This record gives sequence, structure tokens and C-alpha cells, in this order.
Amino acid sequence: MAYSEKVIDHYENPRNVGALDSTDEAVGTGLVGAPACGDVMKLQIKVNNQGVIEDAKFKTFGCGSAIASSSLVTEWIKGKTLDEANTIKNTEIAQHLSLPPVKLHCSMLAEDAIRAAIQDYKQKHRAA
Amino acid sequence: MVTRPIYLDYQSTTPCDPRVLKTMLPYFTEEFGNPHSRSHAYGWRAEEAVETARAHVAKIIHADPREVIFTSGATESNNLALKGVAHFYKTKKDHIITCATEHKCVLDSCRHLEQEGFKITYLPVRSNGIIDLNHLRDALTDRTVLVSIMAVNNEIGVIQPLAEIGKICREHGVFFHTDAAQAIGKIPIDVEAMNIDLLSISGHKLYGPKGIGALYVRRKPRVRLTALITGGGQERGMRSGTLSTPLCVGFGEACSLAQAEMGQEHTRLCALRDRFYNIVRSELEEVYLNGDFEQRIPGNLNISFAHVEGEGLMMGVKDLAVSSGSACTSASLEPSYVLRALGVEEEMAHTSLRIGFGRFTTEAEVDAAAEKIIKEVKRLREMSPLWEMSRKGVDLKSIEWAAH
Repeated sequence: MAYSEKVIDHYENPRNVGALDSTDEAVGTGLVGAPACGDVMKLQIKVNNQGVIEDAKFKTFGCGSAIASSSLVTEWIKGKTLDEANTIKNTEIAQHLSLPPVKLHCSMLAEDAIRAAIQDYKQKHRAA
Repeated sequence: MVTRPIYLDYQSTTPCDPRVLKTMLPYFTEEFGNPHSRSHAYGWRAEEAVETARAHVAKIIHADPREVIFTSGATESNNLALKGVAHFYKTKKDHIITCATEHKCVLDSCRHLEQEGFKITYLPVRSNGIIDLNHLRDALTDRTVLVSIMAVNNEIGVIQPLAEIGKICREHGVFFHTDAAQAIGKIPIDVEAMNIDLLSISGHKLYGPKGIGALYVRRKPRVRLTALITGGGQERGMRSGTLSTPLCVGFGEACSLAQAEMGQEHTRLCALRDRFYNIVRSELEEVYLNGDFEQRIPGNLNISFAHVEGEGLMMGVKDLAVSSGSACTSASLEPSYVLRALGVEEEMAHTSLRIGFGRFTTEAEVDAAAEKIIKEVKRLREMSPLWEMSRKGVDLKSIEWAAH
């Protein structure tokens, strides 16, 4: 399969690979997908007092498109408020990376990962 | 000039050996006769060349040339063996035994026969990829007409116990067909010693041309088939159509070369395979071989690199022409049915690569390939949440994954 240039770029030079301390109150962690399906994404956000995402990290088990989708969203959500990040749609990710139809699930997973990380952060703060 | 990827996909196809091509060329031009023309020298010369080729094909499996039917390839041979035997004997017997890890063309032929009312038993395999002979014995009934078990698996390279299967079939008066596309030229095959009644061969898997193969059909005791392709009655009425003389000649030459060189090539490939596998294992943890190591052709490794997805890995090693067992490049996101049949967990099945070595593989290529794979697996593991979790001692099975 021919990958788009943007997918190749993110795959070869992934942005924001790594981990944040998931026990930190300021950190929200989203873990989506399943090993049996061949894709797992872990997306972490660090939110400051103003409710702005000041850092984001990811790790992904999956194909090049899955890695590129998660790398891309870490770039996109940095500097955004939680509400702004929540509006990112899988269609925008897919369009930006020129994903073929069989790879659309990668962009959906990346959207799910953002939602899951935000939800985790909010849950921590509701409990606190 | 753009350098081409290192070719490590010899189970998918092999390049036509230049020595093979050389023997074929005259038959495209000056020796263009129809091998079935009986009335002039053009036909006679073509026929002579075809019959010499048939003898080469027969020799590599210890058969009589009259038992070799030329086809378009192993897919056609498998279709002809299964459907041909099933249809011919259908009034007396209607049961076929095959195996879960067979090539798609065998499984799909069986599906079609099932729709026609035949009963098919799909034998499971053990975790090493090899069938349990007791399962075979238990599955045989007085309605069984044919047992079709592949000689060598195309994904994991394991060799089935052909002689034992043949013995059981002969004792029960059941025909034994084997898809030997991946075996011919790699391991010795003797249809007499192994009691094989039908055997499929492919030209392009043993450095011959694409578009040709053969089906061995035993004469004593005689196996009868209903032809799939009818017409002029060529190939003893089992496969009509004008033979392609150059393809037959190339295929015959390929068999002849493979037979002559099998012994030393086996030794050479074992050394290359072991070299590759040892380098990889010395640098990477959690590397698992799929399929039996001993009962295996030397040119195949199927390896799961835990916590690194196969398609992602292939993208990283784009300088290598390998294939992923996970079939993820197709619209299907299912992992390999062969690995699943071995009981390999879905997660591990998603992490496999099939690496095939062959006649033109060099030690330098093996070293370069091992280095690239090691580098990329390490890079992707640093990026893998599953690797991170497993390093922390998290049991991945304890997590409730949301299947999507």
C-alpha cells in the first residue's frame, strides 16, 4: 500500500512520543483499541490551571497510519483548551493524512484517544 | 539508479533463474510449433521439448512422465485434484479430509464442494503447525474419497508427515493429494515411497516461469478425475488446451536444476537462516518463531516480534521485501488464519513477519536485513504502549480492551 507523504513523515519522525506520569493530577490518560485488533493507542495530556493542554505524549501499537494519526493529534491538541480539543473530528485527521478507506479506523481511534484522555482528566478532578 | 529492496519473500514467488529463461527463449520464436500438431516437424519438435520437460517434472517426484499433467499453476492443480476427484467418485463417496492451514485455493475448493453437498473435515493442527495423525485416522470414514494435506505450509514453512499420511490413506483405500507448491525443490519428495496419489506443483515457486504448474495423477492404482477444462482432450483428457511449449520447457528445466542443486542449496539456506535467526535473537527479546523449527524448510522463518504490529514494522523496513502474516494490507483486518489455527493469540498474530530466503539470497543481504529489522523493532517498541506495559509487569490480558 502506498502511504501518503504526511503519514510517512509522522511515522518516520513521530512527534511527542513518550509518557507522562499518569498519577499526576494534571495528567489525563486515554488508552484505546485492543491488541487483538492490531491497534492500541495511549494518549496523555497535561492540563494547566487555565484548562489548556500544555503537553501531550503518545505511544501506539499499530500500523503506520495509526502511528501517524496519534502523532498528528498530539500536535493538534497542544495549546488547545479541553473543549477545543474535544471538537477534533476523525474526518479532519483522515483528510489531513489522506488515509485510504481501510485505514479510517486509525483516525477514529485517535479521536477516541483524545476523548478518553480528556474524560480521564475530568474524572480525576470531579473526584478531587 | 534506484536500489531495489532486498528480496526476502521467496514463499510468494521466486525469480525465473536465468538458466531457465535461456532454455525457454527459442520456443517463443523459431521453435513455435504447436506441440499437439502431429502432421509436421514444427509440431514434433515442440512435442519433443514438452515431453522432455514432462520427464524432468516427473523425475523430481519419482513419478512416471505419463502421470504428469501440465496446468496453469498450483491453484489450478489443487482445484483439479479436489473437484476432479470429488466429482468423478461422487456416486460412491462424498467425504474429503483437509486441514485448517491449507492454502486458500484448497480451502476455497472445499467450500465450493461443500455447497454442492460434499462433506469436508478440516483437521486442526498442533501448536507447531503439524497435524495429529490420530485426528486423521479418526476422521476417515467409508465415505472418504480423498485426503488433501499440504506438503509445506506457505506461511510458516512446516513440513507435514507425508509418508505417514500416505501410509494411512493407502491402508484405508483413500486417495492422498498433497499441495506441494512450497515443497518441490526444497525437500525430497517421492510419490512412490510416500504413497501420494495426486500432487500439485507450481513453476514459479522453484525458479521457473509463472503461469505453469503440474498435477501428478497416479496411474497404478489409477486415480480418475472429471476434467475442469474440456476441449481437445490434451493431457490425457484431464486438461484440454494447447500447452505453452516455452513455459513447459522452463518449468522442466527449473525442476531439473532444483533437483541437481537441492542438497547443497539446503545446506546453504540452513546456514543463512540460522545466521539471521541467531543475530535477531541475540539483539531482541521476546521474539517467537511460529511453526516447528525442525520440521521446516530452511528458507522460511515466521517470527512474531511481541508488541510491534507487523504492518507497522513492514513500513519501517521498506528496504526489505517481506510479508506480514497479518494480511493487514488487505481490506481484511483479521490476522493470519494459519497462525490462528496454531493457537497463536490474535495479538501475537498481528506482530508476525514472514521472511523467506532463497537461491539468490546472500550473506550480506541476510546481515543487512537482520540489522534493519532489529533497529526498527527497537524503535517501534519504544513507541509501543504494550511494550511499556509489559516492561512494567502489567499483564496485558488483565486489561479490559475495547474491541473495535
